[in-house]
Amino acid sequence: MNYEQLLIETALADERIVVMTAENRALVRNAPAALKGRFIDTGITEQTMIGMAAGLALRGRIPVVHALAPFLTMRAYEFIRTDVGIPHLPVKLSGYIPGFLSDGNGPTHQAIEDVGIMRGIPGMEVYAPADEADLVGMLPAIWSSPAPAYVRINHKAGSYVHMPYVPGKAEIVSKGRDITLLVYGFLFENALRAKGLLEAEGLSVGLINMRSLKPVDEAAIVEAARGSERLVTIEDHFQTGGLYSIVAEVLLRHRMMANVTPLSLGERWFKPGLLGQVLETEGFTPEKLVEKIMIYA
Amino acid sequence: MKKIELEELQETAVKVREHVIKMTADGGCFIGASLSCVELMVYGYARVIRRDRVDLHRDYLFLSKGHDVPALYGTFVEMGLLAPERLGNHLSTADSIYWHPNRNIPGVEFHSGSLGHLPGVAAGVALDCKLRGGDNRVVVITGDGELNEGSVWETVLVANAYGLDNLTIVVDRNQFQANIRTEDLIPLEPLEDKFTAFGCNVQRIDGHDFAALEQAFTCVADGGKVNVIIADTVRGKGLPSIEARADRWFCSFTAAEVGQLLQELHGNLKATIQSETQVVR
Repeated sequence: MNYEQLLIETALADERIVVMTAENRALVRNAPAALKGRFIDTGITEQTMIGMAAGLALRGRIPVVHALAPFLTMRAYEFIRTDVGIPHLPVKLSGYIPGFLSDGNGPTHQAIEDVGIMRGIPGMEVYAPADEADLVGMLPAIWSSPAPAYVRINHKAGSYVHMPYVPGKAEIVSKGRDITLLVYGFLFENALRAKGLLEAEGLSVGLINMRSLKPVDEAAIVEAARGSERLVTIEDHFQTGGLYSIVAEVLLRHRMMANVTPLSLGERWFKPGLLGQVLETEGFTPEKLVEKIMIYA
Repeated sequence: MKKIELEELQETAVKVREHVIKMTADGGCFIGASLSCVELMVYGYARVIRRDRVDLHRDYLFLSKGHDVPALYGTFVEMGLLAPERLGNHLSTADSIYWHPNRNIPGVEFHSGSLGHLPGVAAGVALDCKLRGGDNRVVVITGDGELNEGSVWETVLVANAYGLDNLTIVVDRNQFQANIRTEDLIPLEPLEDKFTAFGCNVQRIDGHDFAALEQAFTCVADGGKVNVIIADTVRGKGLPSIEARADRWFCSFTAAEVGQLLQELHGNLKATIQSETQVVR
């Protein structure tokens, strides 16, 4: 089952679901025919779409809202914060092509601060599935929660067979004494391969698919910090506000010290291009990740 | 509308203005914009919103220009929706009566304060009413300065695309935004033409005239177009000493001045205001 199939199936079974888009139908091409009036395309109007989503939610609907992740989270940010965040309405935000998935579009289309800004809204949940199977496994819980939520939509196929999603919990793929890789979203696949390469070097490597960035699985982070010599956070996000920040906050809250290496985009937008080349250039292929990690090994 | 009903509404409007004037003491409020929309609120709750309807059949009045909330709360008191003594809690953290509306006060449909938001929220509600086949009325009151916000026009485009003729936008056209005339900053006229060009069913009336409001709401049409009522109003209406003055937007008055203004409201004297004007621009 893919994202769209799950969405339509869920909406057909639950009259409360309405599907909205700001003229981005990439994920929902079949929704108009299937859902008729409950498919609402507002055109290129992210602000109005969010305002209307809040109005629909006031009437008992659960809007699942689509737009490209940067426009959804930033053009409409104050509307999300004010119309959805303050009244804590169950509006479900599906951000398309977040992070590296905007590949050749350029910095206008790069949502690489989205985790930071969305988790800054009280009560807003933030999710980043590892691949489409993980996404589809997580969405039923996300959509049935009464909270507003932002999902980094990841429609890429993955090779890993995931464990069932437990709300608010990370997926602990492995535990390792030397290093634990903490990753979310699309980069999970490369982190998984990097883990294999690091193990071939004789290292004991942990890997955590964070899945839910807010609420975050604090126990998983604390346990990894206790059990590993070094944590490595891997994210297609600015260094501020994303997983590195989350890990720092959790460790401080638990009065813990740890060696933490952030692999992020630092404070710059990435060089646009085909996805494979972007990963190569930015140093996020499995091999490049291993190179950067081995400096500390 | 019968003469007696008209007189009742006019009496209610005077009482609402009294509440607004009293709220300028102990911290102040946005008196100018509150006094301009009193008739719009009173008429809305007395004659448009059918308060016997409940749940999904309800009518909605959204206040998008949130800083005129004293007029809303004054209207709530006069409609029996809010205990009058609570207005005495204005700006006390022990209650939720502050400079912008919020849903802790029963009757407030949605919080506002950030301009250009509630047309969108109201459009979402109106769309859901359509989806469910309801005949609900959805009214949103905006300011005129608020029309600077692009999101208002974005929403008008979308609402007309979806044929939301159950949505009525009432513009409190008091000619001012904060401390300047709209036409001296970002001119809005010809305003009817703008809304008409965006596909709306537009009327322009005297926003202090209940009979005109009655006529306008009677002409709200169901032809697939968003209804717009441009209500020409006077900022500070009812108090000649502050009417249509750019510097009387937010006002904080002394108890003595409040007393004089209440007299002025009833035509008994002209108030002498010595409190400083508060200008943000």
